[in-house]
Amino acid sequence: MLEFLNRVFGREAGGSKNVAKERLRLVLVHDRASVSPQLLQTLKTELIKVIEKYMDIDEEALEINLDSNETQVALVASIPVKGMKRVTRHLASGI
Amino acid sequence: MGEVIVVTSGKGGVGKTTTTANLGAGLAAHGHRVVLVDADIGLRNLDVVLGLENRIVYDITDVTGGHCRLRQALIKDKRFEGLFLLPAAQTKDKTAVSPDQMKALCEELKQEFDYVIIDCPAGIEQGFRNAIAGADKAIVVTTPEVAAVRDADRIIGLLEAAELRDPKLIINRIRPRMVRHGDMMSIEDIIDILAIDLLGVVPEDEAVVISTNRGEPVVQDERSRSGQAYRNIVRRIKGEPVPMMNLDEGGFMSRFLRRMIGLS
Repeated sequence: MLEFLNRVFGREAGGSKNVAKERLRLVLVHDRASVSPQLLQTLKTELIKVIEKYMDIDEEALEINLDSNETQVALVASIPVKGMKRVTRHLASGI
Repeated sequence: MGEVIVVTSGKGGVGKTTTTANLGAGLAAHGHRVVLVDADIGLRNLDVVLGLENRIVYDITDVTGGHCRLRQALIKDKRFEGLFLLPAAQTKDKTAVSPDQMKALCEELKQEFDYVIIDCPAGIEQGFRNAIAGADKAIVVTTPEVAAVRDADRIIGLLEAAELRDPKLIINRIRPRMVRHGDMMSIEDIIDILAIDLLGVVPEDEAVVISTNRGEPVVQDERSRSGQAYRNIVRRIKGEPVPMMNLDEGGFMSRFLRRMIGLS
């Protein structure tokens, strides 16, 4: 209702506040996603543990980072695979 | 047993000290016993905002350092029975009081006062950590600007990390006309972003400048809109449900009419 009245009386909310709000939203996505190097290291170690069950990977070249574009934050991992492991029987049987 | 409320913001210049002074004066006007603690050590200001700068003999570091008794350092307000100030030191730095000393001080003040309100320094460093050490509750002050809201968000995170949960928000210096024209973030915009409970909204008001010049809290100015806003906040702190004030100058009809005859 208020929005309708604003529009009728020429007070369309299209001013600089929308710019402010959008900039603030993006900057807060980054602020709030701040991850300590320690946490990232722990994550890396555990990821290696999981992936090594299935694949031979190059641990040295593994890279994990938080990346962000204008609308979202993503966890980006680059994990070079040296070869596939032969999956053990109990994993193949569907656990 | 009273409660300890810390007034904080992250960013400087958004009105922490003015808010502290007005909440203290407002609560005292309701007959409560209130002590205001200036934790901004090195940048003492609460005394001048309250008009009590000529009465300071001892300060907070004299109390924590054992140079005087707590009672000796408390300055009684001129106008409000039951309102006291514990001033900051002007010549020491922000590390002059430790978190443990602050906690002990708050415990002692709580025994005697209904409300202990702490004016926190700007920033997120040691001064901030000292100021919040003894607090039971927190009020976050912000203005409708990108920088202030961003810092408020950071402060809310730090308060929660320090187990000061559920802080309340005061939006200061809002300009209803700019909000109407879409050139200033609205109350809803800010609440949407920060996701905390709103305690009150104080409009930008020349009366604040004038009253601060005189060293008199604007909360006692019956005619000013900011004074009314602070009185509403005081009642909400006491637990009364008070609806948010209509910030538009004049009602809808008067704005409509003014617009029709080309005045706005």
